[in-house]
Amino acid sequence: MIAARCLPRPATRASTSSMISVAALPRRTFATSRVDLASTLLFLEHKKGVFNATSLAAVTAAQKLGGDIHGLVVAGEDAAEEVANKAAKISGLTKVLYSKHKDFASLLSEPVAPLIKSLVDSNNYTHVVTGHTAVGRDIFPRAAALLDSSQVSDIIDLEGEDVFVRPIYAGNAIATVKATDKVKVFTVRGTAFDAASTEGGSATVEEVAAPGAEALTDFIEEKVSESSRPDLATAPRVVSGGRALKSADNFVKYIEPLADALGAAVGASRAAVDAGYADNALQVGQTGKIIAPELYMAIGISGAIQHLAGMKDSKTIVAINKDADAPIFQVADLGLVADLYDAVPELLEKVKA
Amino acid sequence: MRATLVNQLRVLVPIKRTIDYAVKIRVASDGKGVDQNVKFSMNPFDEIAVEEAVRLKEKHKDDVTRITVVSAGPPKTADVLRTALAMGADDAIHVEIPDKALAGPLEPLGVSKILSEIVKKAGEEEEVGLVIMGKQAIDDDASQTGQMLAGLLNWPQATYASKLEFPGGKVEKGAEAQVTREIDGGLGIVKTKLPFVMTTDLRLNEPRYASLPNIMKAKKKPFKKYTLKELGLEDAVKPRHETIKVAEPPKREGGAKVADVAELVSKLKEAGRI
Repeated sequence: MIAARCLPRPATRASTSSMISVAALPRRTFATSRVDLASTLLFLEHKKGVFNATSLAAVTAAQKLGGDIHGLVVAGEDAAEEVANKAAKISGLTKVLYSKHKDFASLLSEPVAPLIKSLVDSNNYTHVVTGHTAVGRDIFPRAAALLDSSQVSDIIDLEGEDVFVRPIYAGNAIATVKATDKVKVFTVRGTAFDAASTEGGSATVEEVAAPGAEALTDFIEEKVSESSRPDLATAPRVVSGGRALKSADNFVKYIEPLADALGAAVGASRAAVDAGYADNALQVGQTGKIIAPELYMAIGISGAIQHLAGMKDSKTIVAINKDADAPIFQVADLGLVADLYDAVPELLEKVKA
Repeated sequence: MRATLVNQLRVLVPIKRTIDYAVKIRVASDGKGVDQNVKFSMNPFDEIAVEEAVRLKEKHKDDVTRITVVSAGPPKTADVLRTALAMGADDAIHVEIPDKALAGPLEPLGVSKILSEIVKKAGEEEEVGLVIMGKQAIDDDASQTGQMLAGLLNWPQATYASKLEFPGGKVEKGAEAQVTREIDGGLGIVKTKLPFVMTTDLRLNEPRYASLPNIMKAKKKPFKKYTLKELGLEDAVKPRHETIKVAEPPKREGGAKVADVAELVSKLKEAGRI
């Protein structure tokens, strides 16, 4: 979808690239004016050794650059080596660098950003990439500033080693930008690329020192919403509720059973989160999660610009709303004008049948 | 009475003038940007930052001596600085960059360099001990500036904050702060020490409206201007990204309605979605 709107390569680079046989560089999806290949450092986000799906999508994005991709894993003293060995199996990486320090365990930016900077300085990486997650968004701009590089955030496509495509204005416009910095620092929107496989890779593993990891911030604790449902960011189906649910009880009573019957994750609009009907980790939108499931069901959600920014790339959008003029119907593939309190129980019955 | 020099804390709040969040933006006919002939206002996350600074000062009158709002941009940027003054900021700094002075939009890296310089300039009067700013601007959606500023200053950063507390009760240099952050999957709590950079998430607070008397009073508050030349940053803020094009996102062919739940279910089954 996005690729169809790609620009032809600028003429200046096309003339150079015509001298390079694309067939001779099978791992490269496009040739550029650079004679040397891209060399990429990819920060792999993990939680207790489980790699973040958005990081794995970043591997796929980085592969479009061609050249070597070195994964970087950081963790506490006890876990780093094991996580690095797991990372070596990720398909598409040629090397895994790992670094251990007690202050790395919570993935805070202050110790990790200087590590990225020192690795780029010593290994001359041309590209530095990770997923546009809460962790990536926290660490990467700090690292970019240390590298004096203007970061490209949340890319949805690459059109060359220096040309990136990214949404702006809550996804209401798509910008194509050429980055002129020597080192390109960018973050990747997870839903725009397939996740790389965590099997089949055979990267070498190498430990790197932690350069004066300085704990400017202490990590105290994490309060994570416990759920047996699929992860919202990557679930193939999502059932979302909005303000029309009227209460947290109704959210539990109407949204959750339908989600469970469909094997779906639960999402929410900002109105539902602010009103306390749902946990804020479930918020879908410009300021919450940006998702693109196979099926997105918006129940009692009007469809404000900021909400649409988080879900309008879903494959199929279903809207159930009483208000036939609600903006959500303009993007919904299947819209049902009905009272959710009648429609959802009926839908649940038919889905279960 | 004024707090002693040791306890003084000046809070810096960087803000940005952006297209109003409610405007349905249109891609400009030259395909290089979006139509700018629309309503602008203060970036919503920055309103939250101003509000948090004002609340902090209200709560810790003896510690927080001054809230300074700062913005970089064309002459009209002064409007949002006035709004922030009317919300309760004490003085404003405008780094004026004439329209089209740069070969593209000012990027977060450039802004962070400007802010880092302003932290030093403002510190010549009173030391800046805390920077509170929005987690992202709703125009470029970059979410970089606060982190970059913290990196340049080598200060700690507490991004995506939904709660700021000072367990010791004092807000002064070296005081410990506890920040609740919105992270993927829930909340994370960190402790750090002043000075640091905090970026605001939506749930931190609900910004106040400026009252008419306060809007009038704001006109008399100190308002300082700098040029990039005065800050010695003309080259440092040059855009590093060249916009090749800006396009409309692919249109969805939505709008189809179904008559009832039965039709909805059968269509979903047909499409293999359930």
